[in-house]
Amino acid sequence: MLLRVEDLHKRYGKEEVLRGVSFSLEKGETKVIIGPSGTGKSTLLRCINRLTEPDRGRVFLEDVEITSPRVNINKIRAQIGFVFQDFNLFTHLTALDNVRLGLMRVKGLSKKEATERAMRELARVGLADKAKAYPAELSGGQQQRVSIARALAMDPKLILFDEPTSALDPELIGEVLSVMVELAQSGMTMLVVTHEMGFARSVADEIIFMEKGVIVEQGPPEQLFKSPKHPRTVEFLRRITELYGGEK
Amino acid sequence: MSLEHWLKVWASLPVLLQGLSVNLALLGGLLSLGFFLGLVFAVLEVYGPKPLRLCAALYSWVFRSIPEILLLLLMWFGPAQFGVRIAPFTAAVLALGLRSSAYQAQIFRGALQAVPAGQMLAARALGLSKFQAVRHVLLPQALRLSLAGWGNEFAVVLKDTTLAYAVGVVEVMRQARYLGSREMPLTLPAYITVALLFLVLTYAGLFALGALEKRLRIPGLEARR
Ligand SMILES: Nc1ncnc2c1ncn2[C@@H]1O[C@H](COP(=O)(O)OP(=O)(O)O)[C@@H](O)[C@H]1O
Ligand SMILES: [Mg+2]
Repeated sequence: MLLRVEDLHKRYGKEEVLRGVSFSLEKGETKVIIGPSGTGKSTLLRCINRLTEPDRGRVFLEDVEITSPRVNINKIRAQIGFVFQDFNLFTHLTALDNVRLGLMRVKGLSKKEATERAMRELARVGLADKAKAYPAELSGGQQQRVSIARALAMDPKLILFDEPTSALDPELIGEVLSVMVELAQSGMTMLVVTHEMGFARSVADEIIFMEKGVIVEQGPPEQLFKSPKHPRTVEFLRRITELYGGEK
Repeated sequence: MSLEHWLKVWASLPVLLQGLSVNLALLGGLLSLGFFLGLVFAVLEVYGPKPLRLCAALYSWVFRSIPEILLLLLMWFGPAQFGVRIAPFTAAVLALGLRSSAYQAQIFRGALQAVPAGQMLAARALGLSKFQAVRHVLLPQALRLSLAGWGNEFAVVLKDTTLAYAVGVVEVMRQARYLGSREMPLTLPAYITVALLFLVLTYAGLFALGALEKRLRIPGLEARR
């Protein structure tokens, strides 16, 4: 088992955002998390690499307990890629430097090694020719692909995606999804929050439906989409189809 | 104020320029001290643990409240009370530099807080420590955003170097005063000449900073004025 999440709890003031979430991820698996907004999906992802500290519960990456206070969290984070909804590329750095920063400062690669590695990853997302461009000079879709290259370059065991296409214009979603599909097919372990049902259906090994801080139902896509067991899942899937249209 | 007086003052221009070089040395010293301390206090105020944050805020408040001339005199007479003799020049750099650091800290703090929170998150998610994130991601952006405000502080402290006159530093004002006390009618032409010198210096400094801002400009990261 690559990732194991056990009984995660998180509250902000009075609001209990995560109310006991448990699931696991095998190496090479892709799981997609769906659920209404404000349900705690982003909080869950951030608790996994402790960008947010969970109040209770444990997270294991292989045999290492991430939630242990003794762990060197920077070392752990370097092994877990994170792709944000609004990209969060470093504004003052070119695409190449965005990808190189972690390699040089966290992994300690020489500039030459880091450059080679970064250029490989940029080529992998189809942006080798944009290496010298600043984020503001790139489209949203290109920025998100650079941010995926930045995560990939660290050679992570797992990548967390938090609604990677939600901030994009519709015509730019496809280029990001196709990079993600390729990644999934190449055997990367991925945990993806998204409302792109077409993507979920075609690459997810399992769909997790979350609502109000708990997992309501989970299962393989054909089962969850065709014959959901829980009335809340049925209701959510009906609304999401209205909102985003059916199959894409 | 005849032509003859002007000619005499201008004949003494080398002396005035020599005084001005002392002002420039003061400026260099106080700006460097202010920059270094200002940066440290800004980072502490934004990212430091609570007690340090309070200390930084307190520091800023103290050094922005006390009149500079008073700071200068305190720095000059204070240590002497305890038998510590410091040169007037050093006292001036310390007093003016500490004051400037409080203002520069405010400039840098504002700029650090203007950098979107996602930048820190993305840096930490890569595995950078908080210190590395500040050093490699937050500060390079914040310093660029600070340039306009910093130019303002430069123009202010450039003039403030003449306050060193009060503790006996032989800078340009004192040189002008010497000219006037040697020959009374030279006073006004000497003061006007010093004023002109400051006009030129401020212009040159702001021009250089503008050029630096242009050189460091990055698309999507423009300094706000
Ligand atoms: N840093 C925070 N401080 C306070 N409340 C927060 C914070 N982050 C998230 N929340 C709250 O937690 C709830 C879940 O948020 P989030 O995890 O972003 O949901 P989702 O990603 O499913 O839309 C929301 O009600 C949100 O307002
Ligand atoms: Mg979210």
